[in-house]
Parts: sequence; structure tokens; C-alpha cells
Amino acid sequence: MATNTARPATEEGAGPSEHLTREDRASLLRYMLLMRGIEERAMTLYRQGKVPGSFYDGYGQEAVSTGAAFAMAAEDRLCVLHRDLAAHIIRGVTPARIFAQYMGRAGGVTGGREGNVHFGDHRLGCVGMVSMLPDMMLVATGMAMAFKLRGEARCAITWFGDGSTSRGDFHEAMNWAGLQGLPVIFVLENNQYAYSTPLDQQFAVDPVERAQAYGFPGVSVDGNDAEAMFEATREARERAISGGGPTLIEAVTMRMHGHAAHDDMKYVPKDQVEEWRKKDPIERQERRVVELGVDVEALRAEVKAEIDAGVEEALQMPMPDPGTATDQLFWDPADGEPPILGDGNAPWSGFAGVKT
Amino acid sequence: MPTMTYLQAISDGLREEMRGDERVFMMGEDIGTFGGAFKVTDGFIEEFGADRVMDTPLAESGIVGTAIGAAAVGMRPVCEMQFSDFISCGFDQLVNVAGKMYYRQGLPIPITVRLPSGGGFSGGPFHSQNPEAWFMHSPGLKVVAPATAEDAKGLLISAIRDPNPVVYMEHKHLYRRVKGEVPGGTFETPLTARVAREGEDLVVIAYGAMVHTALEATADLEEGSVEVLDLRSLVPLDEEAILASVRKCSKVVILDEANATCAAGAQVAALIAERGFEDLDGPVVRVATPDVPIPFSPPLEQAVLPQVDQVKEACRELLAY
Repeated sequence: MATNTARPATEEGAGPSEHLTREDRASLLRYMLLMRGIEERAMTLYRQGKVPGSFYDGYGQEAVSTGAAFAMAAEDRLCVLHRDLAAHIIRGVTPARIFAQYMGRAGGVTGGREGNVHFGDHRLGCVGMVSMLPDMMLVATGMAMAFKLRGEARCAITWFGDGSTSRGDFHEAMNWAGLQGLPVIFVLENNQYAYSTPLDQQFAVDPVERAQAYGFPGVSVDGNDAEAMFEATREARERAISGGGPTLIEAVTMRMHGHAAHDDMKYVPKDQVEEWRKKDPIERQERRVVELGVDVEALRAEVKAEIDAGVEEALQMPMPDPGTATDQLFWDPADGEPPILGDGNAPWSGFAGVKT
Repeated sequence: MPTMTYLQAISDGLREEMRGDERVFMMGEDIGTFGGAFKVTDGFIEEFGADRVMDTPLAESGIVGTAIGAAAVGMRPVCEMQFSDFISCGFDQLVNVAGKMYYRQGLPIPITVRLPSGGGFSGGPFHSQNPEAWFMHSPGLKVVAPATAEDAKGLLISAIRDPNPVVYMEHKHLYRRVKGEVPGGTFETPLTARVAREGEDLVVIAYGAMVHTALEATADLEEGSVEVLDLRSLVPLDEEAILASVRKCSKVVILDEANATCAAGAQVAALIAERGFEDLDGPVVRVATPDVPIPFSPPLEQAVLPQVDQVKEACRELLAY
């Protein structure tokens, strides 16, 4: 079981967090490389017709889920959004199961019941998102409510986009969490566009400023800096598990690809994309770890090999049996107690809780 | 065996489950200090404390959504909608998150959502609805609707213990009108239909408050002996019990207090058309509320909700067919 307090791991190396070892910093890069590599390969599979439906990715936003999920303990619980693949990877979902998920195969996380990133391995403490956003803000709030009712020092986290702040569930969750002082972290992934709708058509007041009106802190973080995301989330988690209540973290980033594979995002000014390209989160983390002597080329090769093996494994997996399409609608009480969310990996050196 | 009202039986079932399972807690608007709009949870806060009898903000999506989260980490929440009408504000969480989670993700969501439903007392368009068909049409939700005090307790205990999301329709007009003997302690009522009265010449199929309308309408019918089948559970629907009554009686009146189109009774009629056609000696007759909102003023409300005389007449006509 992971510890509940951060173990300071101060080491040399410029970065916004004093709580990361050299290995942690390399891990952050590794998870971002895995996310980008998996999504790029999945896009290829999509173009080859092996991924049905559409395809959604988080290119350029890898630091948001990587940094935040890296700060979560094994016993914490996550409601992950569709551009946050790294959170699943950190919790322990393998590339093969992710590729199989995209391709609708039996070995995917949802066995073909769901597509793209609409999954969560409940055994690893993650809940699969729904398309109605931000419904999972309330689900995460409910988890935190249960933790508080039971007196457990645990935390829930959820991600949602800038567009989500316009819906009623945003308000209901912010109000509920603030009112009850719950251990929940809301990560507002501000990637400038909700499909084609820019921020100035979404809200009159920056949502991070609204947090205070709900009775808890809101912080704005460079969402393209994995270490800044980690540190803000680590602090929010410390506050949450010590009874200090919720935090809204606005991760300022940019959606570098279209809403989905079909979207050429003509509505985005080219210079805006170019400006953000200079802030690529992976390049930034690479520069940091190179200074610390990490062999980035070796790391990239290792990640590529892992992805290659994952694709091969997934391609061997069968499609689901059509005869099972109406199975698993209700849990049969005769099968005993139903599962609840389990613990996932927590690889940060402050926890070092990796399942073997 | 103690005699209780339908409302007291609901309270009794809740209390027994709260005492017996520390995972069970209640959430709703005005349920704690005030004891609930209908006093179902009167006195609960004194016994169980404010954490387990949680007065929530006025946020139905919040009530259902947070219950889902709590259930996912091992709790057994029981949500009260102050009126079933207000579930429309929590519809998305119930239908899209709770109902589909096990099918999509392998994670069952054991929540019970209590919906005080039904009209007959000038509640008007937003305090009188019978929304059960919305949830019958949403895969992954069970729907139960007790008609008697004993079933009100037993079905509630079954709902709370069920590892899936269950929509529990409690009819407001039965709260203090219906009384009966209710076993003490805990017991589970199966999600199957119940023959409320045996008969041979015609069966009235109903659930909730309409079971009592059916019993009253057919108690002294001289034209034939009428069976009344109380469905009790709408999902799962006890198809074999329905078909057995059709086989036995050969004439069927289906009674809904809900708006007629796509109501639970429409599903029953479709089932009989598909699988009971050969057993019929006459057309399937439906009595239901026409497709209008439930009006406020008593003469208007009585004009739309199925009345005893209307059911009696429908049975007479069909018996004469």
C-alpha cells in the first residue's frame, strides 16, 4: 500500500517540483512518449481501416495527464478524459490492451463494448468516461464523498475540458465538492477549443477564477509542463487528504490536432498552432532529462519496442464474439459481491507502488 | 405481524437496511432534519446521523452522479428524488452513467433511486408523473413498482441489495391509503409478478396504484370472474406470469397510470401480441392516461387518470366480446 504523504526527493535538475528524482523525471518523459507513440500508431491503424468509428488523440497535451496521474497514489481513484491516455498507462494498462481497445477487439479494456478512449480499467482504479461532459466530475465528487464519509485519506481526480465548464454538472460538482469540503481534484484541461468553439464563445469569466466562489482554490498551471502539472496535483492531493478540500487546476494547453480524425481544424489560426508547437511538452521534458544525463535515445528505442510489441500482440487478438453482444447487462447477484474499483500503479518515488 | 401503511413499510425497509449494512446511506433534498417531503425518513437523522441521512443541495444530477461515484468505491447509496418528476434533472447520470457502466466497463453500480410518483391529488404537471417507461427503455436499469405495503418493504430491500442500479417507483397516492401486514426484520421480494386476485374470465394487468384501481373496479363484476396481475417489477418483466394469466383467462385489459404511448402496458401488449396471440379470445384492451401532461384542477385530473368506472366499463365490454 502506498504512503499517504509525499517523500521529498530533492535532487539537482531545474524544474517546478522538488519532489522528483532523476528517475521520476525520466518516467514522466517515458509516459508522454508512450502516449504519443501509441496515439500516432493508432492513427495509422485508423487510416488503415483497422480502427472503426473515429479516432481522438491528445497530441500536445501529454503533460496534462502524465503529470497529474503521476501524483496519484495507488488507492486514489481516477475519472479520465479522452485526451488523457497517459493516466491509463501510468495506472498500468498495457499498450496491447489499448490498441485492442481502439480496434474493438476482445482483448481491449472493454472487450469491444466501447471505442477509443472511452475506457477505464476498474481493477486499476479508473472509471471509463461517458460522452456527456463533464458527467464524471460528479462521479469523482461522489468517490471523494465516500472517502470522507469513511474517514479515509484518499483522493479522487477527474479531467474535463474548457467546454465542459458551460454545463450544469460543472456547477453541481463544484458546488457539492466545495460545500462538503471533499478530497477531489478537478483538472480543467483548457486546450483552447471545444470542438470548433473557442474560449471567447464559451465563458465570460475564466473558470479558474470561479473556484474561489465555490469556496476552494483554483490554480492555473502550464499544462505543457509535466513537472508543473505534477507539482500542482501533488499539492492539491496533499491538501485533499489532509482535509483541506478540493482544488481546481487549470491546465493551460492546446489541442494540436482536430477534435477527431475527420476534423482538419481550419477554424484554428495557423500561427496559433505554430506558437504552441514551440511549447511541445515532450521536447521540454527531454531537454530537462538530457541535462540530468538520461539517455533519451535509449529511452525512445525502449518505448518504440514496447509499442511495436503492443501492436503485434493486439493484432493477434480476436474480434469479440457477436453472440455475446447482449451479455453482461446486469450483474447476477448469484455471482456474489460485485467488484468495486481496485488499486492501480503509483510509480512516483514518493509512493513506489507498482504492481508486478 | 405488524400492520403498516405503504409509507411506513418503505421507512421500515430503509431502516432495516441502514441498520444491517453500514455501506447503505441515504441522499436527498430535505430528507435529514425535515425527514423528507413525505416524512419517509422522519427520525432517521436521530438514529443514523447526518452523514448517513444526507441533506443534499438542490441538485438532482449531483445526487445521482455522486451516488454513482460512492457506489463505485463500495457504498450502497439510496437516493430520494423529492418527486419522481425531478429525475429528469438527473436523467443523464442515471441513464448514461449508471445504467451503461456494467455493460461498457464491467463495473456494476449498485444504487437505488427512489421515485415518489403518480397523481390523483392535484399535484399538477410536475408533481404527478409516472416516468417508469423512460427507464424501461434505458438498458441496464431495473425498475420496480410495489403496490402493497409488504411489497413496498420487500422490493426496497431487494433493490438496495441488488448489485445493479434500481429505480424504485413508490406511488405517492398509496403512501397513507394502503395498509397491510408486513413481516418484521428483513426479507427480499423477488422481482416477479404476483397474482393479486385469482380469476378465470379476464385478467387486468397493472402495477403500482393501478393494482388497487383494478381490484376495486372488478371486485363485484357480475359478468365474469376477473384476475388481477400485479407486475411488481417492470425490468425484469415477468413475461411467463403475464403469458400464464393470458392463457388462463384469454381476455386482457392492461392498465397504466402513465401516458399511454410506449408505456409499460404497451410493452405488455406487444409481448402478448408476439407470444400470446393464440390464447386470446378478444382484442387486447388498454386503459391508460392520454398523452397529455397531468392537469392540476380535480375535474381535469380525473378526466385523464384512469378511474374505477372506466376500468369497470372496459372489463364489461371485453367480457361481452
